[in-house]
Amino acid sequence: MTYKITRRIAIAAAATVGLLTAAPVTAQDWTPERPVEMVIMAGTGGGADRLARLFQSIIQKENLSTMPILPVNKGGGSGAEALRYLADNEGENHLIMATLNSYYTTPLRTDIGVNIEEFTPIARMALDTFVLWVNADSDIETLDDYVAAVQASGGSWKMGGTGTGQEDSLVTAMLENEFGISVTYVPFSGGGDVARNLVGGHIDSSVNNPSEALGFYQAGELRPIAAFTPERISAFPDTPTMGELGHDLVYWMQRSFVAPKDMAPEAVAYYTAMFENLSQSEEWQTYTAEKALMADFLTGEELQAYFLEERAKHADLLESMGEGS
Amino acid sequence: MELLGHLADGFATSLSPINLFIVLLGVTAGLFIGAMPGLGSVNGVAIVLPLTFIVPPSSAIILLAAIYYGAMYGGAISSILLGIPGASTAVATTFDGRPMAQQGKAGLALIAAATASFVGGTISVILFTLFASPLADVALAFGPPEEFALVLLAFTTFVGLGGDDVLKTIIMICLGLALSTVGLDLISGQPRLIFFDQPGFYSGISFLVLAIGTYGVGEILYTIETSKSSPTVTPAKITFKELKYGFKEMNKLWKTMSFGSIMGFFVGMLPAAGATPAALMAYGLAKLTSKNGDNFGKGAIEGVAAPETANNAASTGSLLPMLTLGIPGSPTTALLLGGMVMWGLVPGPLLFIEQPDFVWGLISSLYTANLAAVLVNLALIPVFVWALRMPFTVLCAIVLILCLVGGYAPSQKLHDVWLIIGFGVGGYLLRKADYPMAPLVLALVLGPLMEKSFRQTLISEQGNVMAFIERPLSGTFIALSVIFFLLPLLNSLRRLARSKTTADNPAE
Repeated sequence: MTYKITRRIAIAAAATVGLLTAAPVTAQDWTPERPVEMVIMAGTGGGADRLARLFQSIIQKENLSTMPILPVNKGGGSGAEALRYLADNEGENHLIMATLNSYYTTPLRTDIGVNIEEFTPIARMALDTFVLWVNADSDIETLDDYVAAVQASGGSWKMGGTGTGQEDSLVTAMLENEFGISVTYVPFSGGGDVARNLVGGHIDSSVNNPSEALGFYQAGELRPIAAFTPERISAFPDTPTMGELGHDLVYWMQRSFVAPKDMAPEAVAYYTAMFENLSQSEEWQTYTAEKALMADFLTGEELQAYFLEERAKHADLLESMGEGS
Repeated sequence: MELLGHLADGFATSLSPINLFIVLLGVTAGLFIGAMPGLGSVNGVAIVLPLTFIVPPSSAIILLAAIYYGAMYGGAISSILLGIPGASTAVATTFDGRPMAQQGKAGLALIAAATASFVGGTISVILFTLFASPLADVALAFGPPEEFALVLLAFTTFVGLGGDDVLKTIIMICLGLALSTVGLDLISGQPRLIFFDQPGFYSGISFLVLAIGTYGVGEILYTIETSKSSPTVTPAKITFKELKYGFKEMNKLWKTMSFGSIMGFFVGMLPAAGATPAALMAYGLAKLTSKNGDNFGKGAIEGVAAPETANNAASTGSLLPMLTLGIPGSPTTALLLGGMVMWGLVPGPLLFIEQPDFVWGLISSLYTANLAAVLVNLALIPVFVWALRMPFTVLCAIVLILCLVGGYAPSQKLHDVWLIIGFGVGGYLLRKADYPMAPLVLALVLGPLMEKSFRQTLISEQGNVMAFIERPLSGTFIALSVIFFLLPLLNSLRRLARSKTTADNPAE
């Protein structure tokens, strides 16, 4: 208990120091006047959704915001619905959006009249990982088994994932290129839906984020085959990485927050401080360790530069898939 | 017997004085939130969710369950009194609830709705208690082909058993499906049907906007015309005698309500289906099996009881995939799922084993919330009925304001208000031409699910349409759909043939 209180004081102190150094605009100049809408670029139950809701809970528990944060799912059209919503709310100070990589890919693939360069970057919270999964009832134990099974299916192998052109489909395309295989990609509206369909036997494999499949994995329903990470994921110590198996396949999912164009600088400072405090909270640190997330905090101009760099990378990736527009 | 032990522990928590107070507070708030057109359990739960950090998780989940149930009861109130379904789950309640209110039997309809909700809630919670763990596997067996077949079944129930003009019903379903494609395509992300380049259409057309427009504004326009500007008052009264009579009437409906509950629970349990098709199918089934079938749509009490048992049962059922699979079946359960994540609980197959306290606390609170909701609801019926005694000229202004505010509040876009007015005028004209509104509204709700599951199936089966028929579950649903669809077609063909022969004979 005392530990908790001291920690809170420490955080408060850290926050105050942070605010004082963040002159000339301090977050105290501005506080939200009504509940803040947190738009989620994906449907319910997926990795992005669970994470956004976790953030909301920590913010609420640790009193990091003076007003409640209300998560709203706008997952339609691979997140296009959410991007459009953000673009339509220019100058709004009570709106933030939880992003994933479709933040770049969706506007690259479809002309929805959105330029992410105009949005205000707030904070990058973490980089999420990808794992190749099969149903635990299948005979596939290793990557070699997997590739052989896909080849034997003659293209009818069902790989489930989120919307076409989104992360899961990019990882799938990377797999196809690397191994010279071809699968039938079936899009679902969220990662949770994908995991359920894999357990139910309606699809043959997935590239879910660990958090999406963890519940089923622990219940012995799903089997991880290989991780798309440079090093083994601590939550799955027995699962080899693609690199170990001799294939240079690494893909990350960024978990960040952005705000509409022309948000007041005071509001930007407020949310940035809020997420900075969040990133130091005990809950977040435990969560990242347990759920195989790489906490990698980034804000402001550096974050914008990262976004633009990633956008360029994804443009190339989409181009190589013949998906770009 | 382990089950009973768990349940007893759960009750020990949910029956403490503070939790009982929370339940009463929750159901009362939920009732009013649900009764407001435009606000539903989603809004109620969303507003209260942050408050739950003040109280321990077990009390918090009780509060949320109480609001959830209260709002489900409340949804029927605006369907019956105003004819505006506050949520898609309450659309079927308008079919007979509204005519009953117009005949001066609003009190009876409300009693029927409350009692039916209670029965549906209770039966489904008992089913939940007994079979929660094994039933999770049934939910897993549901893939895209089954989802498609189920929605198709809901639509054909409507065509086959709806009683309205079949051709007009089909036209309205098609119009609703067309409206449901507005916005961004679920699978490819391409924008579709963005009228006049209005950015508001990117997020599609929401159920609320269409329902408030056609039912709310459209109904007001229609009533103004039919009442010819004479200020009419809907006769409405409620006495203790009527309450007793209501219970006696409901007592006769055991069969209807049991069917409705079981059907509602199972349909609600299926991921993505939820309470809307459940209520619709229960209505269809009740009409098919009732001796009183011809009276449906004209103020039959069974027509209120069946969908109300089913939608409450379904709201319990939809908790099942959320708890056991982590897949929320409705927007409200998605919020509850968020709440669980906040309290550090991992929904999934292991939740029942690792967190029995939480799970059984929730289940027992469903029992108490349900009981509290029916009592509060019955006690408040006189208040609701009193509202109907206002002269129509006054009531219509209030309803119109409620409609516009209710349509603006969730999205806070003026775009939606204009759409409501547009749909109101359109709905009024279609109503004058005797087109039913319900198929339109329901097609908008179920359309996206239908399209998505249809395309997912075709993609994964390499374009093989037979996949829908080859799988046992979806094959059964499709077969039933065909039967329901052909039922009225055969009837009308026979009638047509008969009239044709009589008409043709003299000419020949």
